[in-house]
Amino acid sequence: MDQSILPVIETALLKVAHDKGFETARDRLEAMSPQCGFGELGTCCRICYMGPCRIDPFGNGPKTGICGLTPDAMVARNLLRDTVGGTASHVGHARHVLLTLRDTLNGKAPYQIKGVSKVMALAKTFDVPTEGREVNDICRDLVNIALEDFGRQDEEPNNWLSKRAPQVEQEMWKNLGLMYSNPHNEIETAMHATSMGNDADPMSMMLRVLKMSLIDGWTGLTLTVDLQDILFGVPEIAVTEAAVGVLEENSVNIAAHGHNPVLSEKILEWAAKLEGQARDLGADGINVVGVCCTGNELSMRHGVRLAAHNSQTELILATGAVDAMVVDIQCIWPQLAQVAKCFDTAFITTDAMVRIPDAIHIPFEPHHADDSAKEIVLKALDAFRRRKGKPVDIPQLKSQAVAGLSVEAIINLLSKLNAEDPLKPVLDNVANGNIFGFVGVVGCSSIKFRDNAMTEEMVKHLLRQNVLVLTTGCTAHICAQDGLMTSEATYRYCGDGLKTVLEVLGKAAGLDGPLPPVWHMGACVDNSRIVDLMVALAERLGVKVGQLPAVGSAPELVQEKAVSIGGSFLALGVSCHIAPAPKILGGPMVTQLLTEGLQDILGSVVRVELEPKAAADWMVAHIAEKRTALGL
Amino acid sequence: MSKTIFTIPERCVACKSCELACAVEHSCSKTLVGAMMENPPPQRRINIESVGAFTYPSRCQHCSEASCVSACPTGAMQRDAHDAVFSDSDKCIGCWMCVIVCPFGGVTADQSSKKALKCDRCPDRVAKGEAPACVSACPTQTLLYVTPEEFATERRKATAKAAFANSEPTAQPNGMDILRSLKRAN
Repeated sequence: MDQSILPVIETALLKVAHDKGFETARDRLEAMSPQCGFGELGTCCRICYMGPCRIDPFGNGPKTGICGLTPDAMVARNLLRDTVGGTASHVGHARHVLLTLRDTLNGKAPYQIKGVSKVMALAKTFDVPTEGREVNDICRDLVNIALEDFGRQDEEPNNWLSKRAPQVEQEMWKNLGLMYSNPHNEIETAMHATSMGNDADPMSMMLRVLKMSLIDGWTGLTLTVDLQDILFGVPEIAVTEAAVGVLEENSVNIAAHGHNPVLSEKILEWAAKLEGQARDLGADGINVVGVCCTGNELSMRHGVRLAAHNSQTELILATGAVDAMVVDIQCIWPQLAQVAKCFDTAFITTDAMVRIPDAIHIPFEPHHADDSAKEIVLKALDAFRRRKGKPVDIPQLKSQAVAGLSVEAIINLLSKLNAEDPLKPVLDNVANGNIFGFVGVVGCSSIKFRDNAMTEEMVKHLLRQNVLVLTTGCTAHICAQDGLMTSEATYRYCGDGLKTVLEVLGKAAGLDGPLPPVWHMGACVDNSRIVDLMVALAERLGVKVGQLPAVGSAPELVQEKAVSIGGSFLALGVSCHIAPAPKILGGPMVTQLLTEGLQDILGSVVRVELEPKAAADWMVAHIAEKRTALGL
Repeated sequence: MSKTIFTIPERCVACKSCELACAVEHSCSKTLVGAMMENPPPQRRINIESVGAFTYPSRCQHCSEASCVSACPTGAMQRDAHDAVFSDSDKCIGCWMCVIVCPFGGVTADQSSKKALKCDRCPDRVAKGEAPACVSACPTQTLLYVTPEEFATERRKATAKAAFANSEPTAQPNGMDILRSLKRAN
């Protein structure tokens, strides 16, 4: 086992919590341990009321469910439901942003079209005429194309899949029957197929897992990000800071937590508008900080500072310095309301789907976004008024971080090196080995993997071997907090080849030093940006995405969304490392399929490694194989 | 000898079905739903302990020479007609001598009742000819309710079987090999 190292920020935050007598997730994990092996293996079926059924992994007890369901079918069925959970989350997010954009265009929601370049780029993708037309009219056409996907019953291929996904891969998906039409129909079908007495064929269900993951990839992630860029602008490179030290004792601290910038963008806007009122209260100002993925959204587009990743959310509340934590959807721990109660913190839920006992609920919907956002910021001012003068405990720890590396920002930067063919400098450096390969480090921060600093340490092992790391979500927070998004990290951790490339890019970007070795590409929904970049590289090279020297990694998987995102990488032929083990090991055939058999079908495999070095070593070896196959 | 509870720890998957069933059996209603509504809540007498990646269902071993019985100053700790060691809570004074002397940590000092709490091997179930609740609830047969003789016999058979699990037929069979191959065919 690698050395056990609890990151300094976690250590400091836990001290704050323990000094004040708070129980934390670590205590709750200890109380929960050991965790049930049937659940971990995926062989607990709770779907019908003859059950719950459990399969004895040692063969002494039950070998099938009461209905006769085999262990492989059981784990595949459970995995499919996980994938539906993840996909439904992202598709719901996409639909929310789509309707907000529609209402904005109809003058019913107080937002603007800030990403005109994105509108134009998408118009080209979707063959929408632009000549002599208003941006809003072009945008309206795009909205209708997206809306058509949610209403269609004709089984024609989904617009966002068929136009946005690479063509070669689409052929592969067609042959496997993975192309989809209306995402809602597929979610319904998957829930239907997994209810009692339907699909019992593990292979059939694993294909459904891949199909569901494709929906997540192209309707969940890609559509959301495309439309968010239209509404809020395409991110550009920006310098920010990360970790709990961004909280300020004498400011009104508002932590925006969740995933949907439709809320957090408005909070940021109203925080600026009400800054004067905050000063009247004796505050230095209003300090909006980002938590989890809506934090990433704000840091990508506005350089808003990042306060905490998911597993630190209850801990930053324990500082007593957060005046309001305003949340939208996904990854909101109910425990937050309990910690907030002990301070003057206003813990504010906003979505009808996310109601938490003891929270203040201020309904937020796009039509009345301004009224609600104003009310929320005023609640924070009230809380500050109550808190002012009381002691707070803010560990003074933070790191600088470069964020905002959208594909467009990366291409702009590369254009300074080669305006004609911006991707060529990257490909040349991949060919000569300066960039050995790419790893997309994505997903959550897990209480189970903070003790060995899984993400940070794995990333450092990759950098030493000249692997460029692209990251999103809570792993982006982890990297930012650990200083891995700084020029110093390039000097400190990168192999010589990668260092050389990043020095050239840093100069082109006008930075004082090299570009950081870990690229912050956004929230977890922004994994489509990583995919877009890989697709661009593959198309420029004339190969399939799966042939690139690239791997995905979810080193601290928690949420179902990470399962469906991982599936969307696999469907593209990109292998994935994950930790912990997925809940499939009770099904030997499904385990074999994911860890080996998929290679022959899609060209990708899943690998479980629980230690940072072992994970990095496997990924580097896998990249080496891809390089050899490409003749590099 | 009486039947008792044996453990094959490598089969344990930490589902904690035994813990739950134990608490229910030691409730007033003896049903899950009823037990959940009782106050004070019923207490389990078996605990799943973690040892690295393994887990172990830990409980009273009902020792033949039980040190808890010898150490008990009031005679609360005693043996029933089925050789199970149990604590008579009316006599228990909460001195925790039993907790101190038990080599397995099989006795719990119950904080709310201030009495010694331990496995009684489910006398009501045993009287009806049933196995203790934890054994019945165990889905992987980690917990077995057998006599020591039966357990040892099974172990002997399993060991013997394992010894020949990978034996290959010899190239030049002797008489014994031929006899064995005939037996195998049958």
